[in-house]
Amino acid sequence: MRAVDGISYTVNAGETVAIVGESGSGKSVGAMSILRLIPDPPGRITAGQILFDGRDLLTLSEEEMRKLRGNAIGMIFQEPMTSLNPVLTIGRQITETLEQHRGASRDDANARARELLTLVGIADADRRLKQYPHQLSGGMRQRVMIAIALACNPKLVIADEPTTALDVTIQAQILELMKELTQRLNIALVVITHNLGVVARYATRVNVMYAGRIVETGPAAAIYHNPRHPYTIALLRSVPRLDRPRQARLEPVDGQPPDLTRLDAGCAFRPRCRFAVDACAASRPALTPASEEGHFAACFRGADLTATDQAA
Amino acid sequence: MTEPLLSVKDLRMHFPITEGIVRRRHVGEVKAVDGIDFTVARGETLGLVGESGCGKTTTGRCILRLERPTGGAIVYDGVDIATLSEKDLVKLRQKIQVIFQDPFLSLNPRMKVGQIIAEPMYVHGIEPDAAKRKARVLELLSVCGLNARFADRYPHEMSGGQRQRVGIARALAMNPEFIVCDEPVSALDVSIQAQVINLLEDLREKFGLTYLFIAHDLSVVRHLCQRVAVMYLGRIVELADSDALFDNPQHPYTKALLAAVPVPDPLVEQGRVFRPVQGEVPSPINPPSGCVFHPRCPIAVDSCRVGRPATREVSPGHFVACTQI
Repeated sequence: MRAVDGISYTVNAGETVAIVGESGSGKSVGAMSILRLIPDPPGRITAGQILFDGRDLLTLSEEEMRKLRGNAIGMIFQEPMTSLNPVLTIGRQITETLEQHRGASRDDANARARELLTLVGIADADRRLKQYPHQLSGGMRQRVMIAIALACNPKLVIADEPTTALDVTIQAQILELMKELTQRLNIALVVITHNLGVVARYATRVNVMYAGRIVETGPAAAIYHNPRHPYTIALLRSVPRLDRPRQARLEPVDGQPPDLTRLDAGCAFRPRCRFAVDACAASRPALTPASEEGHFAACFRGADLTATDQAA
Repeated sequence: MTEPLLSVKDLRMHFPITEGIVRRRHVGEVKAVDGIDFTVARGETLGLVGESGCGKTTTGRCILRLERPTGGAIVYDGVDIATLSEKDLVKLRQKIQVIFQDPFLSLNPRMKVGQIIAEPMYVHGIEPDAAKRKARVLELLSVCGLNARFADRYPHEMSGGQRQRVGIARALAMNPEFIVCDEPVSALDVSIQAQVINLLEDLREKFGLTYLFIAHDLSVVRHLCQRVAVMYLGRIVELADSDALFDNPQHPYTKALLAAVPVPDPLVEQGRVFRPVQGEVPSPINPPSGCVFHPRCPIAVDSCRVGRPATREVSPGHFVACTQI
């Protein structure tokens, strides 16, 4: 099964790139592969390159990889309850990273941990450092995750659904914090999410994934206002909007998500696509330039779509 | 105006906190729902929104009488169901059904879909004849947009959206009047969400259903509900017609909540001035005095710390519990 099937994208320092897609579209697997966190077996990265700061991560040894994870590349996971260690204090989980990667002394690490908690907006850092994850609220735990990710001054942070488990007012706080910190510290940020609103608010560029492939990529404004892939259009149309009075009916994407074990040679979105033609069954469309610089869509019909087709 | 189908009056649900193993001592209580009032008219969809722990699910569970409220009245079709006996509840449960959030947890993995949908009819003796029951199952499947062959499948063979349709079919099996929808689309992917929302709307029209729609996704609520109640820490802070609430929110918490939701349009987002509300939801064990929102409220004054703000009708049908507006 090809969970991720030939995806390419770049992220620059200080930039936020969003990867959007539904369950099973390969967005998390693609990002985990960057850190080589996919268990092997069963998962294997069979081809491709992951260039980080000029080095191909796929050629590194496991030892070299370990030095990179949590150091130059930070990771923020979705569920802060299960991704923090329940039997270690908050302080220990931050200092561990610093001692491992930076060879910091206990005292230096503690001082830095205190500094980091303040940075992520946790008041009363001294008391919090001695607490365990279960004593913190969900939003607080996610702040700790961000502190750990930032501990070693990373150049790249990968955030996998960082706010999905959080309430909306807390989600807003965490996202503002991530945006502010990544801009101030010039960190490249990859956000994996299914929330199109979050993407619109924070991302500079967007990759839309479907069935293991990037079907459309480009600047956020182009993706939202001039989408060239029927899946992107369908996705934008299917979400109810808070800023609009209720319409008669939503326009769902018909059919079911694809079964990755049963893909054929054609475009994977074809069975659910309003614009599909015979050519779509014959071969898979490649990403081709669309409306503007840096905007690409993988659709044979991309150029035929009219403004009415595209309207959200 | 006609009598509302459901009217909730000063509903309270306080859960005791106890300590000790042999002798359980009462050390406090969680005020999950702390005196709320609302009505739902026949054929209407009332949205109940709020963040985790605000008491929206507990309210739903009280109406279903899965909890016995510690205070207040729930008048359904003229009868106070808050204090009904178990025996009378059986009858009630045919009229009030529920659709749960998680389609993975709310279907028995060892039963086939056909059995899952048929079971409530069997239990309540609605359709004692097995052949007729089977026919009814197939009819319900088709009403919910599922192929008849799904009757012989197990839940794990289906996708999340299909499973949620089974949950809906099971609720419809009783020919209910009122359905409590507890986050029915939250666990579904975006493209599938819209399908289920449309299905819920179609069913409402077709069978004249009344919904209490509990959700935290405000965009979905705006689309589906005629009126919306916003809950915070066990209380309703604002209740209004859907468009009035979303276009002209009055309570500072409602405003904060709406501002926090990003809109899927980069241009709109760029134009919004945005400052997230500070702080977190306090514990319902020891809620703040006075107005429960005052520690996070941008317009709070000293008097907000004392005395619970009364709910006022600021314009027809628009209720707000805030002294400062």
